[in-house]
Amino acid sequence: MIEMIDVWKTYPNGVMALNGIDVYIDKGEFVYVVGPSGAGKSTFVKCMYREEKPTKGTIMINGTNLSKIKERQIPKLRRKIGVVFQDFKLLPKLTVYENVAFALEVIEESPKAIRQRVMEVLDLVHLKNKARFFPDELSGGEQQRVSIARSIVNTPPVVIADEPTGNLDPETAWGIMDIFQEINSRGTTVVMATHNKEIVNTFKKRVIAIEGGRIVRDEQKGDYGYED
Amino acid sequence: MKIRTLKRHGAEAFKSLGRNGWMTFASISAVTVTLLLVGVFLTVLLNLNNLAHHIENDVEIRAYIDRTAKQDNVDQLRAQIEQIPKVKEVTFLTKEEGLKQLIKDLGDQGKAFSSLEKENPLRDAYIIKTKRPQDTVIVAKEVEKLNYVKNVNYGKGTVEKLFKVTKVSRNIGMVLILGLIFTAMFLIANTIKLTIISRRREIEIMKLVGATNGFIRWPFFIEGFALGVFGAVIPVLVIVFGYQFVYDSVSPKLATMFIKLIPTYPLVLELSLLLILIGGVIGVWGSLTSVRKFLKV
Repeated sequence: MIEMIDVWKTYPNGVMALNGIDVYIDKGEFVYVVGPSGAGKSTFVKCMYREEKPTKGTIMINGTNLSKIKERQIPKLRRKIGVVFQDFKLLPKLTVYENVAFALEVIEESPKAIRQRVMEVLDLVHLKNKARFFPDELSGGEQQRVSIARSIVNTPPVVIADEPTGNLDPETAWGIMDIFQEINSRGTTVVMATHNKEIVNTFKKRVIAIEGGRIVRDEQKGDYGYED
Repeated sequence: MKIRTLKRHGAEAFKSLGRNGWMTFASISAVTVTLLLVGVFLTVLLNLNNLAHHIENDVEIRAYIDRTAKQDNVDQLRAQIEQIPKVKEVTFLTKEEGLKQLIKDLGDQGKAFSSLEKENPLRDAYIIKTKRPQDTVIVAKEVEKLNYVKNVNYGKGTVEKLFKVTKVSRNIGMVLILGLIFTAMFLIANTIKLTIISRRREIEIMKLVGATNGFIRWPFFIEGFALGVFGAVIPVLVIVFGYQFVYDSVSPKLATMFIKLIPTYPLVLELSLLLILIGGVIGVWGSLTSVRKFLKV
């Protein structure tokens, strides 16, 4: 499903974010990526949907070698990976419905199929009654649920979340986790970079800890392991 | 691309125009103001050019025929003049008609000459028009060399100055209009750029969700075109109705001074089309060049 072989990433300003990452994530897994700030978590997940390009090494996603794809093929890759961002990244001038529908419009889905599928996922994230609202009329948690709905609307095999609960209060965060659990239980692989100790220790999953650009711990049903 | 996707892009473009209300207003205003300037200036310039053209066309050569010439010689001379390639037409003016014209042209003072009608001091003449007014001088010099031509009159000195003035004023007008269009392009493109820069985050998000560059570009393309064309609406109305009004109220007064304005139609239609075209092209150019910068995510 996701495989990284000896992946290195050095930013143009000299920061060495990843220093030889080797990892394999199987289909249907739920993986937390933890570690101190600046350890390389974000770069690690960004490389998976090609927002960042590794300096060296091989990344395979669903059998596609990311280092071999051309600029033009990136949109196609991103359609097979749902991404949830810490700052939601919703289109401010589009309604909740239109934001979610956008991911289907780019694959030129029929309007009828779009309507059906969008309402389906909005139902899953409990936002069916707010379909006509604009993002700035919603709470943070609701905005994040829209972002999740958008990431799964075209049924990608993988969902990658970069600190999805980072901007939310703890109450709201639990609700978001329920949705991720639900998505995972339907067979979608979930990779989540997080700082949320309670969540990692409560919903026990595979934990990959990154420090100084290296994987220092990788255990099934692991703990958060840091005191912050 | 599927037809329904194109429809989607169109709908998306107009939705965005509506939801970006103030930015849309700002862009359309910028287009309106600059195209209004271009339109008014162009109208004035075209009329001045037309005027210069008319003045130039009034230039003619008078070749006075020697009194000793017989009818044969006069006919032969006509044939010789007509053979000069740059000559458009040759008409014969008898000395009697020439005197009448002179008296008429001089008005009150001319009456003093009416006593001369019995002893006409003038000569018969050929009036020569050249194909291009600018060839007057060359043709006049050639005619002068022919037999039985006593002398040639084409307003020597004045004609050369006239052509110099019209040439310089045409060039100045050309430079001004080009400068104005260039400024218009710059201003409009920059305003549109501002509206798009405020949406760079949107473009980045679209890319992260898997939209291709083309998919993102299309609505912006349509939007830019619409901005340009909407901006041309007021200038077009001003030109069409304004020129009609000016033409109807001013041209009778100018007619007494032998100045003719260009007729309203088809001039205003051509200008309108030009303004819409400039607006649309600049709108598209402005939006596409600004989007391109943000597509590299």
